[in-house]
Amino acid sequence: MIDVEQVITQLNQGQLFEYSGGVHPPQQKSLSNTTPINTIPEPEVLYIPVKQHIGTQGSICVTVGQHVAKGEALTQSSNPFAVPVHASTSGTIRAITPHPSAHPSGIPEMTVTLEPDGHAQWQLMPLLSDYMHLERITLLERICQAGISGLGGAGFPTHLKSNPQKPVECIIINGIECEPYITSDDRIMREHAWQIKQGIDILRHIIKPKHIIIAIEDNKPQALDALKTACLEDNGITITSVPTKYPSGGEKQLIQVLTGAEVPHDGLPIDIGCLMYNVGTCFAIADAVLHGKALVQRVVTLTGQALGHPQNVWALLGTPISHLLNIAEYEPSKQQAQKVIMGGPMMGFTVANDTVPVVKITNCLLVPDKQELPDIEDERACIRCGLCAEACPAGLLPQQLFWHSKAKEYDKAQAYNLDACIECGACAYVCPSEIPLVHYYRKAKTDIKHIALEKEKSEKARVRFETRQARLLADKQAREEKHRLAAEARKKSMDNKGNDAKDKIAAALARAKAKRAAAQNNSSTDSDK
Amino acid sequence: MTLLTALLIIGVLALIFGAILGYSAIKFKVEADPLVEQIDALLPQTQCGQCGYPGCKPYAQAIANGDEINKCPPGGDATIKNLADLMGVEPKPLDGDHGVEDVKKVAYIREAECIGCTKCIQACPVDAIIGASKQMHTVIIDECTGCDLCVAPCPVDCIDMVPVAPTTQTWQWELGKGVGDIPIKQVQ
Repeated sequence: MIDVEQVITQLNQGQLFEYSGGVHPPQQKSLSNTTPINTIPEPEVLYIPVKQHIGTQGSICVTVGQHVAKGEALTQSSNPFAVPVHASTSGTIRAITPHPSAHPSGIPEMTVTLEPDGHAQWQLMPLLSDYMHLERITLLERICQAGISGLGGAGFPTHLKSNPQKPVECIIINGIECEPYITSDDRIMREHAWQIKQGIDILRHIIKPKHIIIAIEDNKPQALDALKTACLEDNGITITSVPTKYPSGGEKQLIQVLTGAEVPHDGLPIDIGCLMYNVGTCFAIADAVLHGKALVQRVVTLTGQALGHPQNVWALLGTPISHLLNIAEYEPSKQQAQKVIMGGPMMGFTVANDTVPVVKITNCLLVPDKQELPDIEDERACIRCGLCAEACPAGLLPQQLFWHSKAKEYDKAQAYNLDACIECGACAYVCPSEIPLVHYYRKAKTDIKHIALEKEKSEKARVRFETRQARLLADKQAREEKHRLAAEARKKSMDNKGNDAKDKIAAALARAKAKRAAAQNNSSTDSDK
Repeated sequence: MTLLTALLIIGVLALIFGAILGYSAIKFKVEADPLVEQIDALLPQTQCGQCGYPGCKPYAQAIANGDEINKCPPGGDATIKNLADLMGVEPKPLDGDHGVEDVKKVAYIREAECIGCTKCIQACPVDAIIGASKQMHTVIIDECTGCDLCVAPCPVDCIDMVPVAPTTQTWQWELGKGVGDIPIKQVQ
């Protein structure tokens, strides 16, 4: 557990901590952060995946052909891990079918296809402006109903995070945005600092932490100023500028920078009394509580040299990528083949095609030209230089993880704490042999997960098989027992019958004897006569 | 006299240790052969019988008694490797007589054609088929191990073995296929 008072004293003195590793890739932020967030026309069609967060998906509560209002829920569920999705604008539901997903695989997932009617007619939830006098459960329910899950990248349901079972010392608001190119958090902090502050106030009312820290990287001075102005008279909030280094925005790394405390590798920030929220999430919370608006849009950075007009836009959730590319004046001639990266250059992934929609965790679309991000060259052999180990922000040994992942020796990879890898890509960035190290880790991680899943399934099958065998055996024994009892009963009754017969014979013999005796007596009397 | 004392002490000690051993043999009795359990835990539990034994447990028993470790097609090379590690023998390639390693499949009953004979229900080793006499049957996909045993008994051939489609949860990263590639490194 961290000592929040000491941490605040240290922060006020300007003392920060360092984590080992990290890299300094070129920022490339000025491509997109010079213009205000653009409000763009609605696309002709929206593809809204029914699951956009970590957890379970709700059941679809609309039908094809139904007209829905902007902000109307499309799914519902009583499962606490389910977060609803909403119609991003008013219109008619044209289909509910699988559609390529915003996932590295592009595997189609269940998606509601919505055709906007152009009116953008809101269906607002009742405003909770007087939230200071409301129960926290009411606010948590609102946050869930508004469909808010972490907008920073992981997509964990916010209402679950905001209901911790352990005491919270401090809330950390993450405005680091350390990945190159991405500027969506930067712009939202500059332009909507007041609403972010409102969101923070709501979180403070719900969670009641001892203190709140807002951390912003020192390459975003305007954002820092804007939030400082917004929080000017609030003693419960400390705003800190953090040196630019990748990946300082990682949850565990940022906590280490601010407090000097390390989150245990199999633990969560709450284990040491911290909770972390992205600035965009705070904005959405204020929207949900104070304006009654469900989460239907987010800021997306459109950037890269192959775009004529890089910028930040308010994109409706479900907007196909092609629509955003048109808005940013995509120039196909600058690319050999269409290549769009969802997320940043370090942790993003190439999308399957341009109909893939924007989802809650889409913070950036990077469209690089030929020189900017050339395709992966053939990797060369590891020369054991050790640069990756120096760059790893989690303090792991990337070489060892690489050998064992490549050789599929997963137990050994796990012994080197493969699961503590945050997949930040710093190791691959510094590798002189251009080994795509993170690829190997991701593959190994999914394999391990797959094996565990199979193991669980086979265990279940074994139990079912054995239960069935036991049942069949019990049935057989019951049947045999029944037969045995029936046979015994038959035998017994036969024995009984047999006795009866003997008795009858004996009786008959006795009767005959008596008769004969009587006859003899008679004859002797007769002869006596 | 000394000799007698020594004998007496050793005799008493022997009795005490004997009693402790005897007691612990009863108290800490191991019911089954732990090796069989360990082997069984490595087998895929499809209960398909392709190894020639009526289930995974009997095959585990047979391996413990010295049978070959390469008779399990659903487990494939990964299982053979694990078994070899456990048994301390060299891994062998899968014995082709017992079948070949295949993609994961589950049974699917074309319900319109099902006549409700219950034969597949009796054949299923893990009770993954529900239905009743003269009622339509169906497969509980999550419980089906893809063992194939229900296909042969069906008198109307209405059961198909369908490959399981990958989902975003089960999808495996492929290196260098261009799908989902992460860019890293090339930031200039």
